[in-house]
Amino acid sequence: MDFAFSEREEAFRREVEDFITGELPPDWTGKNIHWPGGYGTLTQFEELSPEVERFTRRLAEKGWLTISWPREYGGAGLSHTEQAIFHERMSYHRAPAGEVATLIGGPTIMLFGSDEMKREWLPRIARGETRFWLGYSEPNTGSDLASMQTRAVEDGDDLIINGQKIWGTAAHVAHYAWMAVRTDTTAAPHRGISLVIVDNRSPGISIRPLVNICGLHSFNEVFFDNVRVPKKNIVGEMNKGWYYLMLALDFERLVVPIGGFKRTFEEILQYAVETKHNGQALSRQPSIRNKLASIAIQIEIAYTFFWRAAWMLDRGLVPNIEASVLKLVTTELSQKLANAAMQVMGHYGPLTGASKWAALRGRVCSGYLDCISALVGAGTSEIQRNIIAIRGLGLPAK
Amino acid sequence: MDLGLSEEQEMLKASARDFLQKECPKQLVRQLDESEEGYSSELWQKMANQGWMGLVFPEEYGGTGGSFMDLTVLLEEMGHNIVPGPFFSTVVLAALTILTAGSEEQKMELLPKVAGGKAILSFALTEPTASYDAASVRTKADARNGEFVINGTKLFVLNANVADYIVCVARTAETANPEEGISIFLVEARSPGVRCTLLDTLARDKQCEVVFEDVSVSAKNMIGGLGQGWPIVQGVLQKATVAKCAEMVGGAQAALDMAVDYAKERVQFGRPIGSFQAIQHYCANMVTDVSGSRFITYKAAWKVSQGLPAAMDVAIAKAWTGEAYGRVTLLAHQIFGAIGFTMDHDMHLYYRQAKAGEIIFGDSDFQRAIVARELGL
Repeated sequence: MDFAFSEREEAFRREVEDFITGELPPDWTGKNIHWPGGYGTLTQFEELSPEVERFTRRLAEKGWLTISWPREYGGAGLSHTEQAIFHERMSYHRAPAGEVATLIGGPTIMLFGSDEMKREWLPRIARGETRFWLGYSEPNTGSDLASMQTRAVEDGDDLIINGQKIWGTAAHVAHYAWMAVRTDTTAAPHRGISLVIVDNRSPGISIRPLVNICGLHSFNEVFFDNVRVPKKNIVGEMNKGWYYLMLALDFERLVVPIGGFKRTFEEILQYAVETKHNGQALSRQPSIRNKLASIAIQIEIAYTFFWRAAWMLDRGLVPNIEASVLKLVTTELSQKLANAAMQVMGHYGPLTGASKWAALRGRVCSGYLDCISALVGAGTSEIQRNIIAIRGLGLPAK
Repeated sequence: MDLGLSEEQEMLKASARDFLQKECPKQLVRQLDESEEGYSSELWQKMANQGWMGLVFPEEYGGTGGSFMDLTVLLEEMGHNIVPGPFFSTVVLAALTILTAGSEEQKMELLPKVAGGKAILSFALTEPTASYDAASVRTKADARNGEFVINGTKLFVLNANVADYIVCVARTAETANPEEGISIFLVEARSPGVRCTLLDTLARDKQCEVVFEDVSVSAKNMIGGLGQGWPIVQGVLQKATVAKCAEMVGGAQAALDMAVDYAKERVQFGRPIGSFQAIQHYCANMVTDVSGSRFITYKAAWKVSQGLPAAMDVAIAKAWTGEAYGRVTLLAHQIFGAIGFTMDHDMHLYYRQAKAGEIIFGDSDFQRAIVARELGL
């Protein structure tokens, strides 16, 4: 075994680090209050500030916006370990690193899209010009995703869509919906689903904001009333959408804000060392030391799963258990970290960033709220445990 | 980065598993647990013939020059099977002390015997304070006429009841800094004045009280310099802590394997209980704990093996693995239900090991205190 990075990997890590620190706006990680694992404080989705746009353009020029893509489609042609190094550093600096189009849409089009579709979409995505939002969930379709009811019927060269999607993160600032619709109501639920790309500006679409418990507009409800979409926007074959959608989960395995946990923990650690109560640093209190040590240990555990998953992917192994465990342990860590931070900070923890007394810009206050979403989004903890048990350990499904 | 075992390590792992399945069935484990000696001389000799005792000794001392990583791989398999006996005390605690700090003469004298299965060693550090700090070493060794005379009580000493030699950590000087004034002695277990009493324990792991009463030891039996003992002890404890983690990882894997197999076979309400989500989630939690423990333990083992600073990684591994093994065995018991609560079932063997492993070399609170210190708090 060798837990050290190779020289090439070290050099790449330095290159990534230099790029990020050189290109991010000053004090970006201080200003960005994203809580690791949470979905409600992803500021790059909340408002596409000119700063984020500029950074995204620079990333695209460098070829790192689509870092996981093969070279022929404008990717960087890197190993999974190198991609993991990239994601680790980016998340450590809370840098915006891609979204639905670069992480899910593009890779799926590469595998299943027609040549025309590849020509039409891939270059635009790689240049950072086209952003998607994810239209999977519906009001009555959460963990049981295959039960979705938003309907698309064929009409000449078009599909006509009727229905409602929910939790469309950043739908209000994205350009297109990457969505799943029901195209066959007679087949088994998962055999009647298709993937389709829908222009946000199409007549019949209305987007309504959902304000999350952090007080931020990150989610949306999106209504489809006889929305007409050209059939050429169907991804791959009709009624194969479920299959594509499941495979696409594999693309996201290493997109975990692993470095964000380390960064936020370091900030809390520093707070504990620098803050004195009655002349004694908080970090001298045994209960606080024990609490912080416990978090440090769990971050280290999460990292081992992260590197392990990357290492396995590089060897052509499928990290079924490791990837789900990575999701599980990091999201649970999101809540534990928020709780520990509250304990360390006492009365100062619940102060919002608006207060002049706030510490760490109020990130613990919003993080304590946002961490609720970590265990729910992108497959609940319960769904992850099902995957580990059935796919990983081979336990019977029925 | 390479997170895989080498081909040789994979072979060692596979051969150890095969060997133990054949030579150390659970029936023998129970028999030895219940016996006073706690080991089988026949199995001991066979393990020596496999090259296990000398795995990490250089060839000139009768070993095969393996790395600490190799030993970690072996110990995981031993923990998986459960192998009652003095391997840990002999090889990991005592022999590594001698290998690290012993004189050439001591190494030539003892290590080949250990490698050949001809000597059993014990390591006497802890005392009634039950702590792993230097101040807790109260047993005295007084210089007298070119010899040392040891007086004191050592407690929780593994396998002293069957040892040929006891490596004894004693205080040779009272100093302001408790980490100074500690020396290590090689004591023949049958020396006059050594009195050993077996303790009855949860894991039936043959811990002893060893009373030293005016035990004379020649000055040439000192391991390392006078008053230089504590750093040596710390180094050995670090290795032993990782080694114990490796055993625990193996044991936790065994508990997981047993429980998953059972969950696939046991039928209730007309379906395998493993198809119930509650059981699936228990299993998912177990595999999360087992894999995490393994990855973190091997990282610590790698650092130790490479001679890199490892205090933080070792403490993290022990803090996590100790508690994880406990969680895993508890969930496995839950899956086995009533049958697992019987003496005839194997589960309790692991449940016992888990608690013993969590406590030895410092429990998780103790380890977290080290982590906090290493974090700069």
